[in-house]
Amino acid sequence: MSGLSAWRGPILLVVGLFVAWELLYLLAGDVALRSPAQTVRFTIELLGRETFWPNLAETAKAFAVALAISIVLGLAIGFALGFHRLSGEVFEPILVAFYSIPKLTLYPIVLLAFGLGMPAKIAFGVIHGFVPIALFTIGAVGNVKPVLIKTGRVLGFGAFDMVTRVLFPAALPEIFTGLRIGFALTLIGTLLGEMFASQRGLGYMLMNAIGLHNVDIIMSVTFMITVFAATVSAILLAVDRRLHRSG
Amino acid sequence: MNRSPMSRPLLLRILLILAFTAALEALCRLGVIDRFTMPPPSRILEDLARLLVTGKLYGAIAKTLSNCAIAFALAVVAGVAAGVVIHKSRLLRQALDPLFATYYAIPVFAFYPLFIIIFGLGDIPQIVIAFMMSVIAMIVNVLNGLDRVPAVLLKTARMARMSPLETALRMTLPSAAPYLLTGAKLALAYAFIGIIGSEFIMSRGGMGFEIAFAYTNFDNAVMYPLIVLILAISVAVNALLGIWEKRILARRGLR
Repeated sequence: MSGLSAWRGPILLVVGLFVAWELLYLLAGDVALRSPAQTVRFTIELLGRETFWPNLAETAKAFAVALAISIVLGLAIGFALGFHRLSGEVFEPILVAFYSIPKLTLYPIVLLAFGLGMPAKIAFGVIHGFVPIALFTIGAVGNVKPVLIKTGRVLGFGAFDMVTRVLFPAALPEIFTGLRIGFALTLIGTLLGEMFASQRGLGYMLMNAIGLHNVDIIMSVTFMITVFAATVSAILLAVDRRLHRSG
Repeated sequence: MNRSPMSRPLLLRILLILAFTAALEALCRLGVIDRFTMPPPSRILEDLARLLVTGKLYGAIAKTLSNCAIAFALAVVAGVAAGVVIHKSRLLRQALDPLFATYYAIPVFAFYPLFIIIFGLGDIPQIVIAFMMSVIAMIVNVLNGLDRVPAVLLKTARMARMSPLETALRMTLPSAAPYLLTGAKLALAYAFIGIIGSEFIMSRGGMGFEIAFAYTNFDNAVMYPLIVLILAISVAVNALLGIWEKRILARRGLR
């Protein structure tokens, strides 16, 4: 694929979204939303406000911690269950069930257990994020060619060497897909946690703006989150595709 | 195929869940988990039975479940239709793939006030939010399924001079069915999230509203049973879809 045609899709998407946004604005008007230009202008203004930065820092910190825990927990569970067949057969359906229940419903319980604040949002990010990472890792380890594992045994690798030198490299493309999805779900989990279980951060700003009907803030915060998520997702998707091609 | 009524992993899984519940029960009874945080599981079931017998919350339950069902049905139909169209066009596919990869990181709830302004504070904005969340899961899995339809099936269809409709009904659809069911499971979860989340944020009724109301009033005797009920319904419907999926796979000798 030439460089130009690889970019054609994403460019078309971004242009299409902005056109749809502008049209929706023309239809629904100022009371419901802001135009793209107004949103960008207000976003720049918001970035200049000193009160904005602590909220951003709060979200960034919660998300970073939640993502780190999701990755470590997801990989550990994934490798353990992928390696040990019986445990995998016992636990995998539980994880699948947990993956597809509406976890947002659990927010009052998370709040009661962790209290209002940082630990609750991190917990909320983690319960959303670790499951896809674990599930993809289990699948990836299960798909590693047996000959590679046998080779590792012949070479006398212990569990640590087996994971770091055989399983992880062989299973990386599929694990990476899990990490990519885990990234997105940890982000939404953290934001939902902030919306429902916190008094600081971008999610709280959003929820507060929804309550006060502050359309400027709703639009700008959503815009910023979307740009961040889209940029990182696009990079991860590109890496993902490259790994799958070469693998 | 394993025909024994209960395989070993299944038995172990059930034992494990029972042991976990028993441990929770013990921790609650011993006061390690205080009763303001969580009532013992047996108590939650008792409260749930009482709620269901008195019928006090039937209105809320019916409202939430019917809204979920509408959003879910719309998402499945629209998702399959959109998936088929997107699958046909390379350009659309290239354009939309990054959107699908990003979509679930975006707080769709931010658009809830917008829909309240357009449609008024009723069921419609909630259904729109739930639909927006679940339709993408459906589309992504329809695309996955269509990508994996073996080329030989389509060739056979062409050789048998099947019409496009016949090809779709007799070749493509059965072949992609397991992926459609995976999509349906996720779409269902997102329909629940959309409806209940909107009810949490702003609404005049429904299970999410009742949960939020009970939470602010420290009414664990209503909050926990309702949460358990929602989770139980979603797990049960998922399990039914899962059984259907296994049947399809078993018929093909894949499992």
